[in-house]
Amino acid sequence: MKLKKAAIIAGVTAALALGAVTTADQAYAGNDRFKKVLDRGELVVGVKADYKPWGFRDSSGNLTGMEIDLANDVAKALGVKLKLVPVQSSNRMQFLQQGKIDLMIATMSDKANRRKVVGVPDPNYYTSGTNVLAKKGVVKQWSDLKGKPVCGKQGAFYNKVVSSRYGAKIVAFVGNAEAKQALRDGKCVAWVYDDSSIMADLASGQYNDYEMPMATEDDTPWGLAVPLDEKDGIWGNFMSGMIYNWHRSGRLIELEKKWGIQATSYLQQMNKKFEAYQPK
Amino acid sequence: MELFGDFFKQLYDTTGWNFVIFYDQVEWSRFVEAIWTTIKLIIACLIFSVIVGVVGAWAQGAKSKIVRYGMAGYIQFFRNTPPFVQILFFYFVLGNLTPSYDAGGYQEAYIGSFGWAVISLGFFAGAFNTEIFRSGIEAVPESTVEAASALGYTRLQSYIYVVFPLAFRVCLPALNNNLVNLLKTTTLAYGIAVPEMMYTANQIWSDNVNVPEMMIVLFIFYVGLVAILVWAMHRWEKSMKIPGYG
Repeated sequence: MKLKKAAIIAGVTAALALGAVTTADQAYAGNDRFKKVLDRGELVVGVKADYKPWGFRDSSGNLTGMEIDLANDVAKALGVKLKLVPVQSSNRMQFLQQGKIDLMIATMSDKANRRKVVGVPDPNYYTSGTNVLAKKGVVKQWSDLKGKPVCGKQGAFYNKVVSSRYGAKIVAFVGNAEAKQALRDGKCVAWVYDDSSIMADLASGQYNDYEMPMATEDDTPWGLAVPLDEKDGIWGNFMSGMIYNWHRSGRLIELEKKWGIQATSYLQQMNKKFEAYQPK
Repeated sequence: MELFGDFFKQLYDTTGWNFVIFYDQVEWSRFVEAIWTTIKLIIACLIFSVIVGVVGAWAQGAKSKIVRYGMAGYIQFFRNTPPFVQILFFYFVLGNLTPSYDAGGYQEAYIGSFGWAVISLGFFAGAFNTEIFRSGIEAVPESTVEAASALGYTRLQSYIYVVFPLAFRVCLPALNNNLVNLLKTTTLAYGIAVPEMMYTANQIWSDNVNVPEMMIVLFIFYVGLVAILVWAMHRWEKSMKIPGYG
């Protein structure tokens, strides 16, 4: 709790210092989100409702998941109530732009073109990359795929990764449904795709005899987002502080475990890096 | 070859037209492999469909009611469903019912995706070929068949030595048409991951983001293949011409 308070103070001071320099030219036209949230006494966060275990509905219909826990942390640090709004990949950035949500934590890959539309506070809170879904015990490491048929989706970037790097024989289908059917039929040793999507399949309970055995490659970072003009203001800096503390305290690793997500090496690395900053 | 590659490399550097297959060794070998797979697939499908057509046309005129109804059912089934649906059905449904063996973590089927493509496309085009051959057979005058049987030919013998040679000449133009269609339909095999030209072009343009260039290559490739097939069929037609007939 002390640390969270420290983060708020640090974030606020940084923001104020920056704000003092630039208020004259009105660069932070919208630097009032933080105050608005506090005045309202409620934080509105956009989360996924269909991406288990990051954001999904439990049996009683309530939104739950790893990203919902993160949203709860933010609300707790601010001392306000939390309101969750389900968003989709196709409309999540519009929700922020239109001011319908204060914050978006919705499995979004951090891309340069997205940073032009929404404010993505650093550091990234998660990464996903290339991995495979395979029947338990069939393959252990990437090199086991050599010369064997691996199912994939036509046009997916992941295909080239396993074929050129590990000599797997890619059997690519028109869609993921066909590719996964071919895997279930045993037509290939594994299905190659994005690891977060594979984890979602594993969490769905339909792939109990399957596992994700490899170390993920080609990580792409995920970013949570605040409105673009709030990014360098109080709100963006506050969220940067939150993410920093999640990494440093090992909160993200703990949540990963809680939701049964396979350990991501990125989180371990960030945790080690930030822990090293602390005086011993 | 090097000069050729240099030209396309330069074309890319100066105009942005990325014909990567002509200067990149890896993409080139992928492309060449696709050419062979496509040609093998086409030849296998053509031969299989013609055999199905010949046998089918004969069975249509069989004495046994069961054989005749069976043939009618087969033709209805294959003419009334889209070929892409047939390919997926054969591969994903029948493919699981046919024997396979464990090849270290996956099931290696005795009939792979290539085999299922040949079977489904062969039966698909075969259904049309059956009807085409039937039209030829019906064009053979009844009196000719009667003359053959008067000479002591059995039904099978008269089919092989008299009716079919005449019928074949009559229906060659229609058969020609259907085989050209079949050649183009083989692109559907990309749906079950047969590494033919369509599938490979898709992979190459996904990896190199050169969709328009690969589309042009695809187009020219199939125009060329169809031209070769049509030319060969015309030569055949000419060489079988009987003076005074047809």
